[in-house]
Parts: sequence; C-alpha cells; structure tokens
Amino acid sequence: MRTAFAALVAAALLPVLAPQAAAQGAAKVLRVVPHSNLAILDPIWTTAYMSRNHGYMIYDTLFGTDEKAQIRPQMVESWTESPDKRLWTFKLRPGLAFHDGKPVTPEDVIASLQRWGKRDAMGVALFSFVERMDSPAPDTFRIFLREACGFLLEAIGKPSSSVPFIMPKRVADTDAFKQIEEHIGSGPYVFKRDEFKPGDKAVYLKNTKYVPRKEPPSGSAGGKHVYVDRVEWNLALRDAQSQVNALAKGEVDILEAPAFESVEALKKLPEVQIVMSGPTGLQYMARFNHLHKPFDNPKVRQAALAAFSQLPFLQAQVGLKEYYRVCPSMFTCNTPYGSAVGSEIQSKSNIRKAQELLKASGYDGTPVVLMKPTDLAAIQKLPDVAAQLMRQAGFKVDLQAMDWQTLVGRRAKKDAPDKGGWNMFLTAWQSHDIWNPIANAALDGKGEKSGWFGWAKDDRLEELRAQFMRATDDAKKKKLAEAIQTRAFEIATHAPLGEYVQPVAARKNISGFFVTNSNIYWNLKKN
Amino acid sequence: MYAFIARRLLATLPVLLIVAVLVFLMLRLTPGDPAAILAGDAANPEQIAQIRESLGLNESIVAQFGIWAGHLLTGDLGESFYFKMKVVELIGQRLEPTLALATLTILIAVLVAVPLGVIAAWRFGGWFDRCLMGFSVLGFSIPVFVLAYVLIWLVSLKLGWLPVQGYQRLEGGFWPFLRHLILPAITLSVIYIALIARVTRASVLEALGEDYIRTARAKGLPEWKVLVKHALANAAVPVATVIGIGIALLIGGVVVTESVYAIPGLGRLTVDAVLARDFPTIQGVILLFSFVYVFVNLLVDLSYVFFDPRIRY
Amino acid sequence: MAEQTPDAKQFAALSTESAAVVRRQSAWQRVRANWSVRIGGTAMLLLLAIAVLAPVLGTVDPTLFDAASRDLLPGKQGEIVDLDGETLRHTFIMGSDSFGRDIYSRVIYGTRVSLIVGIASALLALSFGICLGLSSGYLRWLDGPLMRVMDGLMSIPGILIAIALLAAWRASLLTVIVAIAIPEIPRVTRLVRSLVLTIREEPYVEAAVSLGTPAWKIMFGHILPNTAAPLVVQATYICAAGILVEAILSFLGVGLPPDIPTWGNIMAEGRVQFNEYPHNVFFPGIFLAVTVLAVNILGDGLRDTLDPKMAKRV
Repeated sequence: MRTAFAALVAAALLPVLAPQAAAQGAAKVLRVVPHSNLAILDPIWTTAYMSRNHGYMIYDTLFGTDEKAQIRPQMVESWTESPDKRLWTFKLRPGLAFHDGKPVTPEDVIASLQRWGKRDAMGVALFSFVERMDSPAPDTFRIFLREACGFLLEAIGKPSSSVPFIMPKRVADTDAFKQIEEHIGSGPYVFKRDEFKPGDKAVYLKNTKYVPRKEPPSGSAGGKHVYVDRVEWNLALRDAQSQVNALAKGEVDILEAPAFESVEALKKLPEVQIVMSGPTGLQYMARFNHLHKPFDNPKVRQAALAAFSQLPFLQAQVGLKEYYRVCPSMFTCNTPYGSAVGSEIQSKSNIRKAQELLKASGYDGTPVVLMKPTDLAAIQKLPDVAAQLMRQAGFKVDLQAMDWQTLVGRRAKKDAPDKGGWNMFLTAWQSHDIWNPIANAALDGKGEKSGWFGWAKDDRLEELRAQFMRATDDAKKKKLAEAIQTRAFEIATHAPLGEYVQPVAARKNISGFFVTNSNIYWNLKKN
Repeated sequence: MYAFIARRLLATLPVLLIVAVLVFLMLRLTPGDPAAILAGDAANPEQIAQIRESLGLNESIVAQFGIWAGHLLTGDLGESFYFKMKVVELIGQRLEPTLALATLTILIAVLVAVPLGVIAAWRFGGWFDRCLMGFSVLGFSIPVFVLAYVLIWLVSLKLGWLPVQGYQRLEGGFWPFLRHLILPAITLSVIYIALIARVTRASVLEALGEDYIRTARAKGLPEWKVLVKHALANAAVPVATVIGIGIALLIGGVVVTESVYAIPGLGRLTVDAVLARDFPTIQGVILLFSFVYVFVNLLVDLSYVFFDPRIRY
Repeated sequence: MAEQTPDAKQFAALSTESAAVVRRQSAWQRVRANWSVRIGGTAMLLLLAIAVLAPVLGTVDPTLFDAASRDLLPGKQGEIVDLDGETLRHTFIMGSDSFGRDIYSRVIYGTRVSLIVGIASALLALSFGICLGLSSGYLRWLDGPLMRVMDGLMSIPGILIAIALLAAWRASLLTVIVAIAIPEIPRVTRLVRSLVLTIREEPYVEAAVSLGTPAWKIMFGHILPNTAAPLVVQATYICAAGILVEAILSFLGVGLPPDIPTWGNIMAEGRVQFNEYPHNVFFPGIFLAVTVLAVNILGDGLRDTLDPKMAKRV
C-alpha cells in the first residue's frame, strides 16, 4: 500500500518524467465505463445521474439509505428529536475533514442543506417546514420545524438525485441556480480537476485521510473503504460493441451499464463476471400530458392504462427474464410503500377491456403524439411497444422520433401537440427517485404552474400528499401512500410499465461489490 | 508570392464570415432547448426558464449574434453551455487526438496510394491495374463503421495485435500513442487510398504519354527512374490537390471513426455538442473545421510552386 | 479514347439542334457498349425492381416485432404477430434482430428508402445547382456574392452540415434528403457555372443573344442541354455518396427514425451485437456496398463515355 502511494506521489510530483508509466504501473487504477457522459459537476444544480455519481465519489452525506431502505447515519454520529418532533439535534462524528484539510463544521452542513433545499423536490418540501437551523456547539447542528413532519430523515438521507451532499460553506453559498466552481468535499475520493476532460475522462484519487464508518457498506450507507489508488471514468467509450470488446481485452475493468443485447455475449467471456447489485432497480414509466386532447380526459387515460400490460414492454426492452419483473406499484416493489392497491385498472386489464373503455370514453380519434428518443438505448424500444398496444386498443398514434435532448426540450412545452407540444413520452426512473409520494415527481397534482411535465392537476392528490408530509407514524404513512396510489390510478396520472435491474459487467479480478442502487465505487478491490 | 498569400488570406475572411452566419442561423432555428437538457430529468419548467435566462437565450437572434461575433473578433469562441468551459479550451483538449489521427491517416494514404497508383499506371490494363481500380471503387463503397468493426474483430480480438479502443496522449510515450492510432488510421485511410491511387494512376498515365518520357526512355534511362523522376513528379500537383479537397472527406470520416474507437477528439465533440444543442461549441468547431479546410487548400496551392517550377504566383 | 470524341468546336458551326442529335446518338451507342455501364446499370435495374416489388418478395411488415423471435440466426423459423393479432409462421431468411423483426423484410424495404434518398438527393442537389450555376454564370452581378456563399458552404465538411441540419429539423425522409443534398449544391453550382462560362462564348449562343432571345430561353434552351453529360456523371456520384451518408447519419443516431427500415438503421441497431450476431450488420452492409458499388461503376462508365475530358482528370 505504502509503495503504491509513494508511486502515486511520485507521479504527481514528476509529471514530466514518466507520468503514465508510474501512475498505471504501480498504483491500482480502477477503470470504469460509466453509463453516460459527465458534463456537469454540480449534483445539486442538475438531477442527472452522472452528476449524482460524481457527487458520491467526492462528497459525504449526513445519512445514507441502506439496502433495506432504512436510513442510517453516515457523517452524523448521533441525533435526538424533541417529543413534539419539532426540534432535531444532530451531532457530527469526529475527524470529518474536507480534502483541503479543513474540518467539516455545522456551518458547512447548514449552508449545504439550504442550497439543496432550494432545488430538490423533497428538499423544497422539507424546507416548507423548517423554521431555522443553528449550531449550539462546534460539532452539533439543530433543525427547528414549524410543525412536525414525517420525512425529515428520509429527505436528508435521500440516496438519489438530488442527494444533499455536504460541501464547504464557501462553495455551498453559491446561488442554487448557478453551478459551483470548486469541487471539494469530504468524501472517500478526491477529484483531480486538472485531469478532468469532459467527453474523455474524469479522475478520482483515494482520499487517504478519509475515516470510514465501522459498519459494512450497504446501499449508500455503511463504511466507505477505498482499496484502489485511483478511479478513472472513461467518458469517451460510448459505442456499445466497443465497450464489450474493451472489457473482453481487459482495457477497462467495469461496464456500468452494458446494453442488454450484449449481456449474453458478456456472460460467455471467461474473464468477465455479471454483477447484479441493485435489488429494486429501475421502473419504466409512460407519462400522459393532462393539458391537451385526448389525454385531458381521464377516461381516455384510463383506456391507455388498461392497454399497457407491462410484459410486452419488458420483453421487448429487456428481453432477459432474470432482469425484469412485472410490478403494479407506482412506488416500485420491494420498497416500504410498494403495493398493488388500486392498480386493477392496469394490472387486471387487457386489450379487449382497453377497447371497451376507449369506446365509452368518447375518444374522437385525435392522434396521440408519442415522443420516441432515438439515442437512448435504455428506453428506445418502449415507444414502439406503446404504439403497437395503443393502436390495437383503437387509438390513433403519431410516433415521432427525436433524440433525447430534443425530447427533453419539447416535453417542457405546454403548447398543443400540433403546435410543438406532445401527448405522451416514456422514461425510466431509479427506484429511489420514485419510491415515496414526495419524491415521485409523476404523483404531484400541482397542475400547470409548478407540476412535473404532463401537469396533472388534482386537489385530492395534493391534499393526500400534504397529509403524508405531516404524518410521522409509519403505519399511517403507509396507509396514505396507498391512498395516493389509488387516487393516482383513478385519475391515471401516468402508467408504470414494469421494473428491471441493470446488470454491471466487470473483470473477474474486481471484487467487493455490494447491494446498492447508485453506481458507487468504494469497497471495490482489484487483484 | 507574399502578395498572393496575403490576398488569399484576406479572401478567406468573407468565407469564414459567411460560414459563421450560416452556422449561427442554422443552429438558432433549432427546436431543441439547451436549458432543458442542462436542467436534468426532474427539473420543472420554472427552473428551466431560469437557466434559459442565464444562458442569454431569451435575447433576440440578432442580439445573440452580435454578442457572439463581438467575442469572436477577440478570439473568444464563448463558453460551452454543456461542458461549462471556454470553447477554446475545450477545442484545445480535443485537438491532439484528431490532429494525430488525421496526420497518420494522410501519411498512410500517401505512402500506400502513390506507389500503387504508379505501378498501376506502369502496368496499365494488367491484372494489378484492374485489381487496384476494383479496390478503389470498393473503397468508396464500404461504410467506414462496417470496416472499423471488421478490422477490430480481426486485428484486435482474433489476432490480439492492437488495442480495440482508446487514445493515449503523446506525452505517455510514442509507442502506446502509435499502437492506439494504427487501427483507426487504417480504417480512415481506405477511402483516401482509393481516391489518391486513382488520381496518381491517371496523372502518371497522362505523363507517360508525353514526349519527354519517350525521350527519357530513348536515352536509356532505367524504367524506375523514368517512373519516379519524371512521371511521378508530374503527378505531384494533382495528388496535392486531391489531398486538399479530401480534407472535407477526412473530417467526415473522423466523426465516425472517433465514435467507434472511443477517441476523444473533435469529431466526437461535434456529435456530443450537436446532441446536447451546445450552440457555442458547435459554432466553434465548425468554424475551426472550415478554417482548416480553407487553410489546407491554401497550403496546397502554395505547394504547386514547389512541385512545379513553372507555376509562379 | 480522346480521339474518338467529336470535337465540340466542330458542332459549334452546325445548328445547335442537329449537333445535339448527332451527339445524343453517338453518345447513346458508346454508353451501351461500355461494360461498366452494362454492369452498373443492370445492378441498378435489379435493385430498382427489388424496391418496387418489395411487398411480393416474401416479406412481412418490416416494423412488426415479436419478443419470442429475437435474435434468430439466418434461415431459422419463428413466429411473428401481425397488427390484427394473428400469429404467422415465418422463415427468417436473414435472421431476426434484437426486437424480433425480420431482417430480410427490413433489408428489402430498406432498398426503397436508400434508393429514394440517393436519387432524390442527387436530383435535388442537381436542380438547385443548375439554377444557381446558370444564374451565376449568366448574371454577372450575381456571380460574386453567390460564389462566395458557395465557397463558405463548401468549406464546411458536408457531414457536419447534415448533422447540424438534422439536429435542427425533425429527421424525416424529406429532411434527410435535403440535409444530404445541401452540402452537394456548391460542387454542382461550380460545375454548371464553369460549363456556362465556356459555352456562352460559343458562336451559336452569341448568335442567339444577338437575335434578342430572352436570357432564360438561352439558359434552358441552349446552354443546359450541353451541360447534360457531365451533370449526369456528377449525379451518379452524389447518389452514391447520398446513400452512404444516410447510413452514416443513422449510425450517428441523427438519421431517419429507427422504426423506418433503412440499411443504415438496421446496421446501427445491429452493431451492438456485431460480434455475436454479425448478420444484423452483414446483410444490410452487403446491400449497401453493392448498391454504392453499382452506382459508382455506372458513374465511371458514363464518365468514360460521355465526358472523356473529365475521365482524363480523375
């Protein structure tokens, strides 16, 4: 270990002499092909998963979420809540320090939470309860709430976008709508800013001063041990076949998201293992635009819901049985709120039923403008399946292909479908982003003003969500989540289309994978 | 001669200005919204509107062009929306791989194609000539990416001679640098070889029919000397010309080759930037490519003086 | 070969009409006798026949898919469900893709798209190039500015223009054709312009001008017919390039929507499995290469016979 570190230091000090040879010869380098390009380095400013994963490398969090969806302390050592649940006191564990050597203070934590609370959906919800925050001692901070709220820990222990990462105060004081300029955290890796080349590579060095927790790693919680000296994200290797070739030849160590079409081929390679690390995985989703014909009519939306059996989607997009699962819940299955309550309209339906519902709905033949992304292999086949099923149910479908970026731009438009708007699109969510009624963007009923794309408006749904936020008892929360799901199926906010797990492909000499839903690179060993 | 260079350089200015206007208009009429792309999946419309404002996308097109052109005059290509970096800096990072790939490609192409063309002309109508002409038409007909996959499969996976992907910077040593470039350069050079071999053959053929060749042969000069010294010298100008014209072809090929071989060059950058609607980057890269095209063709014109003493500017 | 060519100046003395007739006859005879033209032409006719007859060549709807028939090797039997819900037994001559679609049907229908893209982009580039070239060569005041714009357009690599244009518009058959044609326009324009500049000095054109014939009549009646030969040759090259560029655009993910079967799309989708199931790339690749080859051979043959001056140059 020490020699490896010495070599690393030598490499850093003498870049002119033999930089590549020293860095790659002696030091252990983990070469990863991430699922996409890393362009934005501010995980609060954008919800892109690549930015979140970058955040996990260099930042630490107050709490983590373990594989059983339980909130576990990470930077926090202990905490108490007052009997009226309005005052929360947190004590930080000793020895926390940023990469520049400065200790992590409660002021850093408060500033980081405040910035996150301006951008993240759950953060915004939480801060509608927060009265103030302060720091009574150098290792303690307190959160004062106006009234009790049931999801404080769930929010600050949130495992997915946007994660409340803790940054130094001077960085966290950046306007929440501007990107941060400095990339320094207290996490297990240090970001090599000078080697970062977007579209080429991102480099992280082991933070040798990091003190991991004692617990074993699980989800985003537990000890963050680092057994390699350097992690390199290969951002240039985007071609699916070239990725497989590179892994086969050992030019890279890990493929974060190999194409499902390649999995069979990867399994046959002697030096390659397929790792299944995410138990809850991702959910496919079809989202209706509630503002325009024909999906402004809930009965038409229900007919579409009835047509969407999940199996055809999963078979076409994933194909391999061991990686997909039919799941009626809007909160994904195997999660605290996952249940089949209220889902009969979709889960017990078929094309015949959909045809009847559509006839009864008064659908006038308005074509459904369905947006299909052409460059996102992970969801590319879904729209074709949706179109085929809807046509069979009696819909007229206008399948419009475009690249994902155009789609993302166009779905923000509220105009009529024939004037640059849209009726429906499909996407995929990581379970963690939709597994409770506050985080799940598709379940808001806020309507045109501040709702998520599709702009469902429903006062009942909003009322139930408000109740959920205030509920502090687990049984009551579960009941409310069920009520919310029932209501959402009733008005057909969107359609869950089944779940899949994304296998990871790695060389056999990589070990230490653990159960987690994000792409996390600690605890991995390379022999 | 200097006057000629000065005149030519001046003449490129309006061309580049036209390119700038064309590209700017083309991009600003696009439906994609860079702000929505930057904001990520869960952002709501309000947040997107805020980002659009901060990028200056709410200004009129004329105002946006004015700002951009103003910066351009000071050599500033603006800041990339997507990569949050100066476009100049971004291009700087990506320049080396593309430059290396293009240089090696042209080198391979000239070294292979010119001898082939000379031999084909020398053995005009023979089997070698026929084969070469057949190959050259074929070379134009195979898509670059199919060729790339076949070469990777054969050379890297089956034979294990070369790496399948990636790029090593020159600072990491010359051999690793070269090893990673050989396959992409061969892939890319095929169409170029086809083109240059044809032109060489035609020019040498023409020269071989001239009186001075007959004179040279009559004097008893060895055949290779006739071919190389007289016939080939005569072919230099057309070959140089076709290299100049072929630059556009080469840049097109670079875009695809860099994708397959995971080379972080300008071609890859262009595609990424287009997909992300990163206007400043697209404008910068296209402007750069246009400049390179114009500049290389200027060099080609100047090279005529060197190859053919009769030409004076 | 140059000796066989009738000297253009000889005809200049004759009336334009009879000159054109003589030229056409002899040209046609020479074209027919050329082996390149015979081979390339026959292949093209065959491909055209395939494109037209696609529905009766044992194909199914190329967009139909069935998860049960994924990744079948060439020659295997499988099932496919049509839009009415009927299950058909089908032999997948060229195998199936990862969707479970019939590659043979996709390749055959893809012939239509590729030929349409190639031919239409050639015609479009040609018609724009002719109009601009004629105007530029004939109207002196327009010549300068127009040629500068053409210089600008020419200095941007064609594929970049096409990519940028397709990012701007929604990719459809029409926009792809236009995006492929636009970068080719400057070359045609220059060719036409240079031909016009040569021909307008000919005595028969000067005679027509002195007789007070309107400019458009001179352009289309006298000048255009004499530019036909090099333009036909140019058209074949644009057509070949167009077919290739379409495939490259699809490969880069900015071309026609993937549910439209084009050779480029089939290869782009199949490349993920190139090592495992090369048939996904192999069959459309062969069709693409053969088509482009045929068009190129045809072009070479036409060039040798119709335009010997150009033949000497390239």
